[in-house]
Amino acid sequence: MRLLGMIGALVVLWVMFDLITGGRFLTPRNLFNLSVQTASVAVMATGMVFVIVTRNIDLSVGSMLGFIGMTIAALQVHILPDTLGFGHWTIWVIALFGAILMGGLLGAMQGWIIGYLTVPAFIVTLGGFLVYRGAMWWVTQGQTVAPLDPTFELMGGGADGTIGEVLSWWFGVIASIAAVILILASRSRKSKHGFVVKPIWAEGILLALTCGLIMGFVWIMNSYNIAKGAVPRVAEARGIEMVEGLTLAHGVAIPVIILLIVTIVMTIISTRTRFGRYIYATGGNPEAAELSGINTRKLTVKVFALMGILTGISAVIASARLGAVDVGLGTLDELRVIAAAIIGGTALAGGVGTIYGAVIGALIMQSLQSGMASVGVDAPLQSIVVGIVLVFAVWVDIVYRRKTGA
Amino acid sequence: MDKRTPLVEMKNIHISFGGIRAVDDVSVDLYPGEVVGLLGHNGAGKSTLIKILSGAYTADSGEIYCNGEKAVINNPRDARSYAIETIYQTLALADNLDAASNLFLTRELLTPMGMVDDDAMEAETRKIMARLNPNFQKFSDPVSALSGGQRQSVAIARAVYFNARILIMDEPTAALGPQETKMVAELIKQLKAEGIGIFLISHDIHDVMELCDRASVMKNGALVGTVDIADVTDDDLLGMIILGKQPDAKQEL
Repeated sequence: MRLLGMIGALVVLWVMFDLITGGRFLTPRNLFNLSVQTASVAVMATGMVFVIVTRNIDLSVGSMLGFIGMTIAALQVHILPDTLGFGHWTIWVIALFGAILMGGLLGAMQGWIIGYLTVPAFIVTLGGFLVYRGAMWWVTQGQTVAPLDPTFELMGGGADGTIGEVLSWWFGVIASIAAVILILASRSRKSKHGFVVKPIWAEGILLALTCGLIMGFVWIMNSYNIAKGAVPRVAEARGIEMVEGLTLAHGVAIPVIILLIVTIVMTIISTRTRFGRYIYATGGNPEAAELSGINTRKLTVKVFALMGILTGISAVIASARLGAVDVGLGTLDELRVIAAAIIGGTALAGGVGTIYGAVIGALIMQSLQSGMASVGVDAPLQSIVVGIVLVFAVWVDIVYRRKTGA
Repeated sequence: MDKRTPLVEMKNIHISFGGIRAVDDVSVDLYPGEVVGLLGHNGAGKSTLIKILSGAYTADSGEIYCNGEKAVINNPRDARSYAIETIYQTLALADNLDAASNLFLTRELLTPMGMVDDDAMEAETRKIMARLNPNFQKFSDPVSALSGGQRQSVAIARAVYFNARILIMDEPTAALGPQETKMVAELIKQLKAEGIGIFLISHDIHDVMELCDRASVMKNGALVGTVDIADVTDDDLLGMIILGKQPDAKQEL
């Protein structure tokens, strides 16, 4: 039900912007950009779900993203080329895993202070918010770092940063098959235990919808052609022979693939692992969790470490997309991330929240923002609208919960 | 008296919180198939004593023996490894999770892939609920949506499912109606017949007189005494609880 409500809100938003802009919103080009712009915030929002579900908050993710982004940018521009040689193939790998490691360590440290030293998360991460923003400046004395490693930049999307048309189709087919297998496996497990399962036609509609959505998305991404000027370069990169009049499509962007993998992994963690079960149990009733033998302190460290790892991944996406890192990178991202999780149905009281909800929440936020930009709403008014929408969405959620008693 | 080895012996247990002696040199024991009532006013130290046995607190000093062997209980997992299960007064349920998730919390059934197997857990929960509370049907709702009695049966199922030998029940009927209270009483008798030892914390003298074999009374953190229920009257027990007075010549030796 919730899911339908959120998707409904998204569709209304899209159609509204499309009508106002005279059909410029729901174009392959805009949807491609939207998917890329959403990726960074959405990746972090999945982690924020766990943080908020355990009755904590993380205000530091924007600054941490900036700090990590600046550090790996300096690493790949100022340090690694000197030791490995310019454009060495391992640079992007080192930068990626460096970002993940750094995020994991910073997050674990915050989690340790929150869990073991029992300083409230609000204070610890507010401190982190200031510390990382300052530390980011120290890395290069405030200088902007550019250009980043070309292979690294692929992780940010753009004309080159996609998996191309053919692979996109394959990706769609494989994702559809995987979805079919998962749905059928769940059904057979349930009926093996003798539970009531959905009628076969309902399962069929669900399957058709899922596959339709996946393939539709791929089709749209494959309908967005690469600008003429960039065709020769991309053709060479993809190993396609350049002929006169060749048209190439973007296909699914790499950051979107990253987001998809993160979403799947995080969903599995939240619904199918003990770790995830303990996160929800602790959020629902910390004392009960403790009495059941859950080590809630260690759990807090793990949750914040995971949040840090995801922030590291987002730092890679965000810096790679911009191709340069300045001291403003990640500013206000913590609020976008928290807003995405909240709009996606995560309850600040703890215990409730879904990964897919947070991703849709991020998409709604981004749609709102880029929609207003394309309509021509100026920046101050955009902030005002986003702020009002956030409060309104939470109010609707409260009313909904009261009505359904959930 | 009893020549068998006790299931549990707690000897000379002390615990203090910030200078207040919550439990002061208390010794209690429990034999198989026996129900021992723990009585006393609010703040007498009953729940604290029990939480030491269930692993929520660690005693400052004193010893615990299970089946005659010294037991080390530092956390709830340790207690469970000695087959000690607890039904807390607050029930200690995660309200946002369904019955099966609560029943198996920290003891989840896993698939061969190491993933949480919700379907298998629900199937097991249905089985045990069919025995404990056949009216229970809400398997997919969070337990916050359940009635007091239904929540209680989830908490009881959690304690019983894992083959407890020692069961601690902290005010199990406090929040229940007459019908449900009767159900819990029946269950206690049934478990007792299976040879399980039960510590029953209760305010209700009638419950204690009906269900318990012995009763240990606490006052201000100290043990007033332990008596055989067959030897005492309601008034004797009340005297112990309120005045801390030993009933004449009825004290266990």
